[in-house]
Amino acid sequence: MAEWIKSIAPYLYTYRAKFFAACSATFQMFYKAGLIAFVIGLCFGILLVITKKGGIRQNAVIYQVTNLVINVFRSIPFIILLIFLIPLTRAVVGTAINVKGAILPLVFGTVPFYSRQVEVALSGVEEGKIEAARSMGSGTLGLIFRVYLHEALPDLIRVTTVTAISLIGLTTMAGAVGAGGIGSFAINYGQNQNHSDIVNVCVIVLLAVTFVLQSIGNSLSKRTTNRSLFQVRRGNGGTEI
Amino acid sequence: MIEVKNLRKTFHLKSGDVVALDGVSFSIEDGTVYGVIGYSGAGKSSLVRCMNLLEIPDEGTISIGDYQGIEARNGVPYYQGKPMTARQQNQMRRGIGMIFQHFNLLERSTVYDNIAYPLKYTGRSKAEISSRVCELLELVDLRDKIDAFPSQLSGGQKQRVAIARALAASPKILLSDEATSALDPDATESILTLLKDLNRKLGITIVIITHEMAVIKTIADRVAVMEDGKIVEEGTVYDIFSDPQATITRRFIASASPLGKIDKMIERNSSLTQVKPGEVLVKTTFLKDCVGEHILTTMAQRFHIDLNIILANVEYLHGNPLGGTIGILSGPQENLEAGIRFLEENHVRTEVLKDGRVD
Repeated sequence: MAEWIKSIAPYLYTYRAKFFAACSATFQMFYKAGLIAFVIGLCFGILLVITKKGGIRQNAVIYQVTNLVINVFRSIPFIILLIFLIPLTRAVVGTAINVKGAILPLVFGTVPFYSRQVEVALSGVEEGKIEAARSMGSGTLGLIFRVYLHEALPDLIRVTTVTAISLIGLTTMAGAVGAGGIGSFAINYGQNQNHSDIVNVCVIVLLAVTFVLQSIGNSLSKRTTNRSLFQVRRGNGGTEI
Repeated sequence: MIEVKNLRKTFHLKSGDVVALDGVSFSIEDGTVYGVIGYSGAGKSSLVRCMNLLEIPDEGTISIGDYQGIEARNGVPYYQGKPMTARQQNQMRRGIGMIFQHFNLLERSTVYDNIAYPLKYTGRSKAEISSRVCELLELVDLRDKIDAFPSQLSGGQKQRVAIARALAASPKILLSDEATSALDPDATESILTLLKDLNRKLGITIVIITHEMAVIKTIADRVAVMEDGKIVEEGTVYDIFSDPQATITRRFIASASPLGKIDKMIERNSSLTQVKPGEVLVKTTFLKDCVGEHILTTMAQRFHIDLNIILANVEYLHGNPLGGTIGILSGPQENLEAGIRFLEENHVRTEVLKDGRVD
């Protein structure tokens, strides 16, 4: 195995320790920033849907402010955002470099995109279902959890997948603040030192990750359409088995 | 008793203000089926939405279920002198069931979970919820569909699930907003039969909004006719059908009765409706006490009038017959006049549609 790798990708073999460190850095950036962005983005998405005109808690001020903030951050290219946020990152986490320093900019780069996607997914829930739930006495929380999130789940999984893949893309730029990762490994050890095997392997790894994420997303989204994710089977007597 | 007084609601749209409700008042006895009919845009949907505060009226008072004397002022509902909290409004809605034209079931929930939805607000245990759902499925005759998803059901079955869901928390009142408008004729009939059954069995008050007079004719006890945000006519279904006053009511009735065809025939100048000089085209209406008597024949014989019947129909409204004929009378002018007078003396309402007499 080692011999084989040595023969087709000699430089990768030489720098294998660096390569594994890069993979680990990418993974850490991905899941840490991803989890935070998931929670915040979901909240913002919900906030947009319920406060917009005709929403269940219509509020023009909150909607407009949230909308503006999201639009502003969405229009800044990530590589600029990364540098622009250095003072803030330093103030919040104490450092602006390494993986630790990359999380905050990654969250800022992902949340606006994800919030919009969540907003679109939730807007797909028909008005009538909301109205029916209101007629049964559901309040704001009931409407959010029992109708919006529940009915939009397949779409939410779909937009989460798209966001996760775009987040992988963003992590490759985090090398700019010394966070390492597959992107910076490909540039520093591959491109800059003219080791094309390293670049090729990095591309393959990123492709594989993207492919796996997309497949998981598609399958979950399909399985949740018209089905509960954790469905309990019932017998004829209505008792749960 | 449901009582609505002087309800007003205006929608402020970019294209201008739309007055949906312009001082609507009516009351509904407990246990009756009350129909509200009107064309789209007449305000009937706004009316029913105001009744459970899905839409807050600008002005007016509403007494419904446990909430007597809710008063709306400037678009804010007050109950017992204080502005109603969101919690009170939700509480109030839980006492009123509602069904919709497009069913509005949760697509990702099974029939069971859809029906269980409002039960989670009643503080019942899982086992109690389960037995209540089964009871409701029995009531709407869908026991075998307990684990089905809405996408696996027909329109009529979806509406049955929606009815079960609306009744789950045992409300005393059911609001129906065009509940049969998206259904085929068979499903419409079965849903209407079900609603009527539920009204009889559970004594539930049903307010039914529709644009189809046939729906009113089938199940309503009383009916209100709406136009431009106002109730233009109100009464028992029999009275409205036998003696409509407003033009719009006449149009609705024409749409639901075979005799309604005559308007179109006259408009198109059909050969059947041609009257020669001296003839009259007459519509007669027989109320419950004179249907089945041979008044027309008696008139024809006694006054030597020729009678050519074009259309005739008898229908039953809550077991009471309502008959009508349309025909051409011909004979000497004074005989025609005496004949028509004779009909009216015998409580047959007579209406001259086309007159070939010369004065």
